[in-house]
Amino acid sequence: MESKLEKKEFNITVYTENQVGLLSRIAIIFSRRKLNIESLNTSPSEVESIHRFNIVINETEEVVRKVARQLEKQVEVLKVYYNTNEDVIWQELALYKVPTEIIAEHVSVERLLREYGARAVVIRKDYTVFETTGHREETDALVVVLQQYGLIEFVRSARVAIIKASDGFHTKLKQFENREPGESASENEYLNNGDKVFTM
Amino acid sequence: MSSEEETAITVEQLKGSEILLNGLIAEGVETIFGYPGGAIMPIYDALYDYQDRLKHILVRHEQGATHAAQGYARTSGKVGVVFATSGPGATNLITGLADAQIDSTPMVCITGQVFAHLLGTDAFQETDVINITTPVTKWNYQVTDASEIAEVLAKAFHIAKTGRPGPVLIDITKNAQLQLTAYNGYQKCEHIRSYRPAPIIRNNYIEQAAALINEAKKPFVLFGQGVLLGNAEQEFKAFVEKTGIPAAWTILGAGAIPTDHPLNVGMLGMHGNYGPNVLTNECDVLIAIGMRFDDRVTGRLDKYAKQAKVIHLDIDPAEIDKNVKAHVPVWGDCKETLPLLTALVKEKKHEEWLEKFRTYTREEIEQCIDAEINPQSGELTMGEVINQLNQLTKGDAIIVTDVGQHQMVACRYAKFNHTRSNITSGGLGTMGFALPAAIGAKFGAPEKTVVAVIGDGGFQMTLQELGTIMQSGIDVKIMILNNQFLGMVRQWQELFHDRRYSFVDITSPDFVALAKSYYIDGQKISERAELKDALKTMLDHKGSYLLEVMVTKENNVFPMVPQGCSVSEIRLK
Ligand SMILES: Cc1ncc(C[n+]2csc(CCOP(=O)(O)OP(=O)(O)O)c2C)c(N)n1
Repeated sequence: MESKLEKKEFNITVYTENQVGLLSRIAIIFSRRKLNIESLNTSPSEVESIHRFNIVINETEEVVRKVARQLEKQVEVLKVYYNTNEDVIWQELALYKVPTEIIAEHVSVERLLREYGARAVVIRKDYTVFETTGHREETDALVVVLQQYGLIEFVRSARVAIIKASDGFHTKLKQFENREPGESASENEYLNNGDKVFTM
Repeated sequence: MSSEEETAITVEQLKGSEILLNGLIAEGVETIFGYPGGAIMPIYDALYDYQDRLKHILVRHEQGATHAAQGYARTSGKVGVVFATSGPGATNLITGLADAQIDSTPMVCITGQVFAHLLGTDAFQETDVINITTPVTKWNYQVTDASEIAEVLAKAFHIAKTGRPGPVLIDITKNAQLQLTAYNGYQKCEHIRSYRPAPIIRNNYIEQAAALINEAKKPFVLFGQGVLLGNAEQEFKAFVEKTGIPAAWTILGAGAIPTDHPLNVGMLGMHGNYGPNVLTNECDVLIAIGMRFDDRVTGRLDKYAKQAKVIHLDIDPAEIDKNVKAHVPVWGDCKETLPLLTALVKEKKHEEWLEKFRTYTREEIEQCIDAEINPQSGELTMGEVINQLNQLTKGDAIIVTDVGQHQMVACRYAKFNHTRSNITSGGLGTMGFALPAAIGAKFGAPEKTVVAVIGDGGFQMTLQELGTIMQSGIDVKIMILNNQFLGMVRQWQELFHDRRYSFVDITSPDFVALAKSYYIDGQKISERAELKDALKTMLDHKGSYLLEVMVTKENNVFPMVPQGCSVSEIRLK
């Protein structure tokens, strides 16, 4: 049964002004509650001067909702959304460095690339770098294979995620830019998520 | 100089420091509490020429400046302003910032910083003020160029005083203070794209709240500082009087309606009144207004008002559902939401329900209040001192309290006829708060009598501010309730640690002689017979006065909800 008290992965999307120091303000909201950030990605958004943070934490919805409100309360934060993995499309990028010689001798590189959807990014005499994108299990699978062939280095990026059901932020932003915000820019979504808002 | 440059200079050029001071004047600032130093010298240098427009109070420690600014803000409803230098000056602000943050006090602190080219080099008196203050400010910003000052200052004031108010810090590098830059006047900030201090009010929630209230048999109002901060005292009174609902206050909500108002049923929380605490677990609808269900108010959350439907009115959406789940969240400024609610509720009286509160009050009076405020023998009690003070000031004084037993006693027994007259450190519980806060309170409300009630422990934390009183020549009445103990800690040790009085026995200097050395008059008393006259002497005295009252050593504050207990387990002894 789905429970609000069950811990699971949540993808928190935070839209912010582009300002120095904001990362630490956001990080403090997690650290003072002793919440471990599993993954953090920050980058400019599609809108100039607005940044987007993708934060993954493994927590109960109750906790995530409170954190989201604290985040949204920060002066420079425009909007915060949180979603379960089912609600988002997400990807992580992985890079694998392996010795070219071993790889060339022992692996059917072609098969490898096809099976794991990998791409060779750099091929040098001494090493080759492959790249894959996908969910954690997918990128992990290739690690297992390449470890047998002298994997030299592996790195995986933070998660990026797009919310499936969002027409969301883009339209809200227009309201934010107005002095008189529209209804949805001023709405705190999580207020509606109260268990049983009294109805008549 | 080329001719091009010459024409450019015809636009007004001002130094960063002058732009800052012009901005403060444009924001209506009259009083600044501060302490100079190398990194803020250009601002102090400019201040020399602005003395006719900006009053600067030289404190004796930067912590004192923050508490003074808080006291000023709380009594006046304006933004408190603080100046401090870099490094140690700035770090001395932390306690006051944290206190202002948790108690939602609007404050703008300006700190000087080393030259921008030295940032991050461990230069003399450089500290990373922005990162240190991030968790204890509503907003902070470092300015490295004079051209930013006006806009950042305007933003700071807007953020400090709107929505849920709070402290803001601007750190200005020395080069930015000195730099000449084009100045096009000061524009107040009214809009920040990412900041939504006031939500759009949702009528459906107001309607749901009204329906619950209209159906309620035993409704109960809890009010906090939000009522004062929203200047919603009238709106609040109208709501309570129309609905006839008993209302109890958090210590920061005290005074929002007069203590003697028939619907004011007393104080909530750990040392609050008996009835409001017990009946929290009996009411059917709980209406929380501008309060945040602090753990000192709720006791054990899992046993808190489980039977009640909760309506929570708050300007800060992060407070709604944080500790106590709201059935109906009313997000908004209570100045706006209360009238909408009042319009929809039925006029009612809840006589039987109110009578329950009165029954508990009678029991509380018999079992602890009477002995505390009317003892016939033995040493003086804190309660009788406050009670006597009350009778003399008729509930019209501003009472500033420090932290400890005397604070709880003062909040319990002082009467408040007026709003913004109970100034105390609620959320942080900062010892050393009262003396500097009283200085600020007097500047914020010069026409009022300001009495600081302080323990012998807390007084010794910031007593250097006697120097500020001396130099500024203001009139603050200082009443030290001396029980020769760190009383509140001793009480806990007595009750919960087997009377193991570990380091709570505190000795004091001759406080009266100390005050005299600052040219402040005073006296010390220990007899009941002297009390009334001594209080009168203090209140009638022209100028500041220190009265030390020796009170009984091992007195406890009751009622009390022990740590980890539910509010209905409140103990009368
Ligand atoms: C800065 C600070 N340090 C420590 C404490 C913990 N504390 C709370 S009450 C108290 C005792 C206060 O003693 P005193 O000022 O004499 O007042 P009393 O309780 O005796 O009225 C202490 C030490 C605190 N609240 N603030």
